[in-house]
Amino acid sequence: MHRLEEIWLGLSAGILILFMVIVGYQTFALGMGPPSNKENIDPEQVDQTAPFDNPGVKKVGENEYEVVMTLQAFGFTPSDIEVPAGAEVTFTMTSKDVVHGFQVAGTNINAMVMPGHIQEITHTFDEPGEYLVLCNEYCGAGHQLMSTTITVK
Amino acid sequence: MEQSIKETFREKANKGLGVNPLDAKISKSYLSVAFITLLIGGILGLVQGLQRAGLLELPAWLNYYQVLTAHGILLILVFTATFTIGYLYAVLSHTLGGLLPKVRKMAWVGLGLMLLGVVLVVITILMNEASVLYTFYPPLAASPIFYIGLVFVVLGIWSCSFGAFINYNHWRKNHRGQVTPLYAFFAMGVFILWFFGSIGVTVEVLTLIPWSLGWKETINVMVSRTLFWSFGHTLVNIWYIVAISAWYVAIPKIIGGKVFSDKLARVVVILLVILNIPGGFHHQIIDPGISESVKFLHVFMSTSIAFPSLMTAFAIFAMFERAGRKRGGKGLLGWFTKLPWGDVRFLAPMIAMIAFIPGGAGGIVNTSNQMNQVIHNTMWVVGHFHITVGVTVVLTFFGITYWLVPFLSKRKLTPQMNRLGVIQTIIWTVGMIFMSGSQHLVGLLGDPRRTSFTTYGDHEIALSWVPYEYVMAFGGTLLLLGVIIQVYAVFNMMFFAPKGETEFPLGEAEENEAPTPLWTERWSIWIILMLMVVAMAYVVPIVDFVVNGGPGSPPIRTW
Repeated sequence: MHRLEEIWLGLSAGILILFMVIVGYQTFALGMGPPSNKENIDPEQVDQTAPFDNPGVKKVGENEYEVVMTLQAFGFTPSDIEVPAGAEVTFTMTSKDVVHGFQVAGTNINAMVMPGHIQEITHTFDEPGEYLVLCNEYCGAGHQLMSTTITVK
Repeated sequence: MEQSIKETFREKANKGLGVNPLDAKISKSYLSVAFITLLIGGILGLVQGLQRAGLLELPAWLNYYQVLTAHGILLILVFTATFTIGYLYAVLSHTLGGLLPKVRKMAWVGLGLMLLGVVLVVITILMNEASVLYTFYPPLAASPIFYIGLVFVVLGIWSCSFGAFINYNHWRKNHRGQVTPLYAFFAMGVFILWFFGSIGVTVEVLTLIPWSLGWKETINVMVSRTLFWSFGHTLVNIWYIVAISAWYVAIPKIIGGKVFSDKLARVVVILLVILNIPGGFHHQIIDPGISESVKFLHVFMSTSIAFPSLMTAFAIFAMFERAGRKRGGKGLLGWFTKLPWGDVRFLAPMIAMIAFIPGGAGGIVNTSNQMNQVIHNTMWVVGHFHITVGVTVVLTFFGITYWLVPFLSKRKLTPQMNRLGVIQTIIWTVGMIFMSGSQHLVGLLGDPRRTSFTTYGDHEIALSWVPYEYVMAFGGTLLLLGVIIQVYAVFNMMFFAPKGETEFPLGEAEENEAPTPLWTERWSIWIILMLMVVAMAYVVPIVDFVVNGGPGSPPIRTW
C-alpha cells in the first residue's frame, strides 16, 4: 500500500472511531440518546388503556409536567398546550391509527410515534413563546393540517 | 480446450467488431425505459416543487401525495434499476465476451416483468388507491394490486441478477486461474447486493398482500419498517457501487490515466457488499421499540460504510493527480487544471464526486444518533438524497450515457453533443445547488418533508419557511430543463447522431502493478460474511419485535 494512503486511511479510521466515542459518551453518560421507549399497547384499544384513557397535561413535580398524548389522523390530543417557562415536560405518546411523527420546530423534540408502541421524549422549555408542533411523517390526505402549539409563559 | 479457444475467439471478435447487436438491443431497451421514466418522474418532481411552494394548485383529480408517490417510485426504483441493468449488461457483454443466449432471454424476461409491475403500480397510484409514498409504511394500506406490482418489479430485477451470475460464472469456468475483468467484478458486486438486499423487502411485501386483502387481520409495523429499510438503504449503496464502477474503470481511460489499483478497487467492492445491508437501521434512530444500545451498534455499522468510501476518495484523486501530471501539470495543484474539464464524460462524473463530499458528510449527520433527531424527517433529508442520489449517482449516470449510448448504437459523440452535455451538467449542478441547498437549510429550521403546501394556520415559524420553498421551486425548474436536455441527448445519440465507432473506455492497470490475487474472487466467502453481518444486525431486534411486539395493526386508509 502507498505510504500516503496508509496515513489517509489511518486518519480516516481514527476520526470515525473518535466520532463513535463522542456519540457513545453523549448517549450513555450524558443521557442524550434518541427517544427509544420500549412499551407496547393494543393500537385498537388506546382509548380504553391507561394512561391514554385520560390524555392531558399533568403536573408531576416542581415545574415538571407529563403530557399524555394520542396522535391520530389528523390531530394531537390534547392540543394547544400551555406550560410555564423552565418546565421540564415529558411527552408520553401513542398513535391510534397510522405512523405519525412528533416534532416541535426550533427544538430537538423529534420522535416517531407508532401504533402499538408507546414513545417518550423529554424537553425543558426555557424560552417563552409559542412553539409549533407538527406531524412530520406522512399520515394521509390531511397530513399537512396536523399541527398544534405549545405556549410557554 | 476447444471450448476455451472458442471463448477467446468470441472475446476477440467482440472487442474487434465492437458491440454485439443482440446484446446492444437489450441495453438500449433498458436505457430507453430509464430515460422515459426520468422524463415523467422529472415532470412530477417539478409539479411537486411548485405545489410545495404554494405556486401551483393541483386539479381535484390529482393530489400532492399521488404525485410524490409516483415521483419516488419512478425515479428511485424504476429509473435507477433500468439504467443500472442497461449499463451493467453492456459492461458484462463487453468484458466477458458477449452474453450467453440464455442470459439474454433472462434480461428480456426481466424487462417484461418490471414493465408489468410498473404498470400495475402506476395505475393504482393514478386511481388514488396507493397514496402511501414509496416507503408504503403500514398500517397505511394500499390496494393489493400495488404490492403485487412491486413483487413483479423485484422479480424482474432478480431475473437480471441471476443472468449476471450465470454469465460471470461461465467466464470463470472457462478462465481457470484468472481474475475476472475489474468492470465485471463491479457488476457482480451490484447484482449480489441487489439480490440479497431485496430479500427483506420481498418478505415484507408478501406479508402485506394477504393483509391488504383482509385475509390476515393485523401486521407488525416495526418488523415491516425494519425489513423495508434493510432494502431501502442497501439500494442507495447499490447505486453508489454502480457509480464508482465508472469512476474506477472508465474515467482513467477517458482522461488518459491508469486504474489506480485493481486490488484496492476490488477490496472496496467486497467491503461495500459485506457491510451494507445493516446500514438501513439509521432510518429508525428515533423509533420506539428499539433500545439505545441496539441503536448505537447500528450507528457503528452505518458509519463503517464510510470507510470504503474514504478509500475510494483517495484512490480516485490519486488517479487524477497522476493523469494530470502526465498531461503536463506542474506544482502542488497544477495537475488539477490540466484535467479535461471540457469533456462531458469527465466533467459530469467529476462534479458527481465533488458533490459526494458534502453529501457523504451529511450522511454522517443523518446516521449519528442524536444529530439525527435534529434533522429526522425534515427537508434536510430531502436535500441530502438529492445531492447524493440526484448528483453523485445521477450525474455519473448522465456522464456514462455520452460514451455508452453511442457505443451501443454505433454512432459518434459529436463536439456539439459534448457541448450540450457540458451545458446540461452546468444547469443540473446550479439547479441542485439551489434546490438541495435550500432544502438543507430549511430542514435545519424544522420544515418537514413529505408534506404538501401548508402554513399551519399562518403560524409565523411556518411562514418563515416559504421563501426557501420558492428557491426550491426555482432549482426544480432548472432541473426539469436539465432532464429535458438529457433525455434529448440520449435519444439523439441512440437514433440520430452520425454513424461511427465509439470506444468502450476500459482503464488499464499501471505497468508495474502486482497481479491481483485470486482470493478476491471468493464470492461465497464474501456472501457468508455479509450474511453474518446481517444476522448480527437484525436477529436481536427482529426477534424482539416479534416476541415482545404486542398486538399488530389492521389495514387503514387515511386518504
